[in-house]
Amino acid sequence: MTDAAISAEGLGKRYRIRERVQATTLAESARTGLAVAARRVSKRGRLERKDFWALRDVSFQVDAGEILGVIGRNGAGKSSLLKILARITEPTEGTALVRGRVGSLLEVGTGFHPELSGRDNVYLNGAILGMRRSEIVRKFDEIVEFSGVEQFIDVPVKRFSSGMHVRLAFAVAAFLEPEILLVDEVLSVGDQAFQERCLGRMHEVTRDGRTVIFVSHNLAAVQSLCDRGLLLDGGRIVFEGTVGDTIEHYLTSIATTSQVSVRERKDRRGTGALRFTDVAVTSSEAGPVLVGGDAEIALGYESDAKPKHLFVSIAVAGPLGEPLFLCSNELSGDDLADATAVGTFRCTIPKLPLQPGRYSLNVFAQLNGVIADWIEHAAFFEVIDSDVFGTGRLPPSSHGPLVLQHSWSAEGAERDAATRASASHG
Amino acid sequence: MRPIHALQTEAGTTVIRPTSGWVPPRFGELWHHRQLLYFLAWRDLKVRYAQTLLGAVWTVFQPIALMVVFTLAFQRVGKVKTEGVPYQVFVLAGLTFWNFFSRAVTVGADSLTANAALVTKTSCPRLVIPLASLVSAFVDFAITLAFFFIFAAWYGTYPTWRIVVLPFALLLGVGFIAGFVLLLSALNVRYRDVRQALPFLIQIWLFLSPVAYPISLLGPRAARLLTLNPLVGIIDSVRWSLIGTNGPSPAALAFAIVISIVTLVVGLAYFARAERTIADLA
Repeated sequence: MTDAAISAEGLGKRYRIRERVQATTLAESARTGLAVAARRVSKRGRLERKDFWALRDVSFQVDAGEILGVIGRNGAGKSSLLKILARITEPTEGTALVRGRVGSLLEVGTGFHPELSGRDNVYLNGAILGMRRSEIVRKFDEIVEFSGVEQFIDVPVKRFSSGMHVRLAFAVAAFLEPEILLVDEVLSVGDQAFQERCLGRMHEVTRDGRTVIFVSHNLAAVQSLCDRGLLLDGGRIVFEGTVGDTIEHYLTSIATTSQVSVRERKDRRGTGALRFTDVAVTSSEAGPVLVGGDAEIALGYESDAKPKHLFVSIAVAGPLGEPLFLCSNELSGDDLADATAVGTFRCTIPKLPLQPGRYSLNVFAQLNGVIADWIEHAAFFEVIDSDVFGTGRLPPSSHGPLVLQHSWSAEGAERDAATRASASHG
Repeated sequence: MRPIHALQTEAGTTVIRPTSGWVPPRFGELWHHRQLLYFLAWRDLKVRYAQTLLGAVWTVFQPIALMVVFTLAFQRVGKVKTEGVPYQVFVLAGLTFWNFFSRAVTVGADSLTANAALVTKTSCPRLVIPLASLVSAFVDFAITLAFFFIFAAWYGTYPTWRIVVLPFALLLGVGFIAGFVLLLSALNVRYRDVRQALPFLIQIWLFLSPVAYPISLLGPRAARLLTLNPLVGIIDSVRWSLIGTNGPSPAALAFAIVISIVTLVVGLAYFARAERTIADLA
C-alpha cells in the first residue's frame, strides 16, 4: 500500500426501500415481513428489486495533503460516501483504509441547543465534533473572535439571528484540527462575506498539509479549493481527474440530462405529491429571453389533489452553479390558492438583469411544509444579447453576471463651476 | 476477516468494512469520548432547568406528590403495615428509586430518536447518547435522595451502618436500567411502538413493584410470583440499606442479580448489533 491518506476499494451502500420509506412500526414490520416471506416462496429474486444502491463499486485514493472535490447531482451518492468515510454508517460492501484522525463536518451546529448560551454551545458542539475540553478552552477566544458574536456569547442562541447562529456554529468547526477533514455542503449557509472568510480559513487549513474531501454544489468553491475532482452519478464514479476537467464533465452531463423532459427526470427529491412536468423559460412574448427583457418561467405540474399551503420556488444559478437569485411565491406574497391539481405556475420577472449567457434553474415545491418535488438543474436557458441601454454596450462580464438598468445625472452648483474655472486658469 | 467494524491499528489506520451479525460493543470509542458523555448529560440538566423558577424543586416534586397520593389511598383506607417505619418514609424511599428508574427508562428509550441529528450527522459513538440520558437521570436521583434523607430525619428515621450497602444495591439497579435503556433505545429507532407502549408499561410496573406496599403484605404465592420482577429484589435492597426495612428474600436477590446481568449483556449486544443501521433509520 502507498502512503495514501484514504484508499477506498469497491465501496457500496445498499438501502432496503422498506427501511427507507415505510413507517417503522411493529405492525408494518409484521405485514412487510409476511409479504416478503410470501414473495420469497412464490417468486425468487423479486426481493432484489426493492434494493437501492446509493453507492456502488467506488474505488479511489486520496494522497495525504490532497484536496479532493466530490461533485454530482442530487442522489449521486456524495453524502453516502462521506457518511461511510466518517463512519456514520457502514458500507454494504468494500473496504476503505483511512490513515489519521478524521473530522467530519456534515452539518454546522449539530447539537446546538436554543436554550443554551453561545458559550455553552461552543463547548457542547466542540465535544460533539470530537474536541477535548482542554482544546476548546485553548481555542475558545479565537473561535468567538472568528464568529464575530463576542457581545452575545452569553445570550441563549434562540435569541440569535440565523446569521449569527451559523457564524458561531461554523467558527467552532473551523477550528477543528483533524488530519483528514470531510466537509459536506456547509458553505451554502451564511452571508457572502462570511462564506469568503470560511473559504479563506479552509485554504489555511489545507496549506497545513491536511487532507480534505469537499462535497459541494457550488462548483466555483470546488474549483477554487480543490486539486482533484471526483464525479459521481447514480452511485458510481463516472469521472476522476483534475478539478477543472471534472467540472467540465459534470457541466456537459447536466446539459445532456436537461434535454430529458422534466417529467422523466429521476434525480429528484421529495414525496412526489406534486411533480413538475415541464419547465420553460421565455420572454413574455414567448420569444427568446433578452438582457433586460421581461422573462416568464412556466412550470407545468401534476399533483395528487388540489395543492394546499403551497410554496414554490425557482433558484437561478450561473454556469458554475453559483447561486444568483431566488424567486418564490412566499417572497412575493402570492398564495397560489387558485392552483388546481394539474396546471402551470407562471413566474414573471420584469427586466431580467442578467448578462448574455447560459443559466440553470432549480425548481422546488413544498406542500404543507413537506418537500414535494425538488429538481436541480431542471432546465437551462440562454439569455440573448440585447442593447438594453441603447448605447450598444454591456458591462464587461468580469464585473459579474448582472446588468442593471440605471441612469445618471449630474447636479451642479454655480460655485463649483466657478472654482473649477479658476483652478484651470491657475 | 474479523467482524470488527473499525480496527484502530498502531499506525492510526482505520479500516472501514461491512460487518455482520453480533459484534462487540465499542467501549474504546466510548472511553475516548467520555467528555462528550459529561457534556450531553450537562446539556440535558441545564436545558431542563433553564427558565424554570423552582429549578431542582421540580425534580423532587414528582415523588413527593405520589407519596402524598399513596399515603392518602393506602394508609388512610387500607392501614398498611410497613415494617416499623412511618408509611410516608417507606413510600418515599421506594419512590426515590422508582422515579429514577421510570425517568431514566422513559428519556433513555427516546434518546436516539430525540438526538437524530447527532446520529445522522456526526460520528460520535452512539453508546454515548443513551448513557448520557442515564447520567442526567442519576443526577436527578442524587438530588431526590438528598431530599429523602432530610425527610426521613424529620420523621425520626436515620441511616444506619446498612447505608454502606447502598452503592452495591444501586450498582445492581443501574446495571439493570442501563441494559434496559440500551435495548429500548435501539429498538425504538426501528419500532416507534416502544415509545407508545412504554408509559403504559411503566404505570403497570409501578403497581407490580413493592413501592406503595411491602412485599410482606402479600401472600406467599403472590410474593413468589412477583419475584419474577427484578425490581422487587432491587427496591427491597435499596430500601433495606436506606431505612432498615425487610431485605429481599435470597431468591428475589439472586433473581435480581441474574436478570440485571442478563439485561445488561443483552442490551449491550443488541445495541452493538443495531448500531450499524441506526444512522439509516433514525
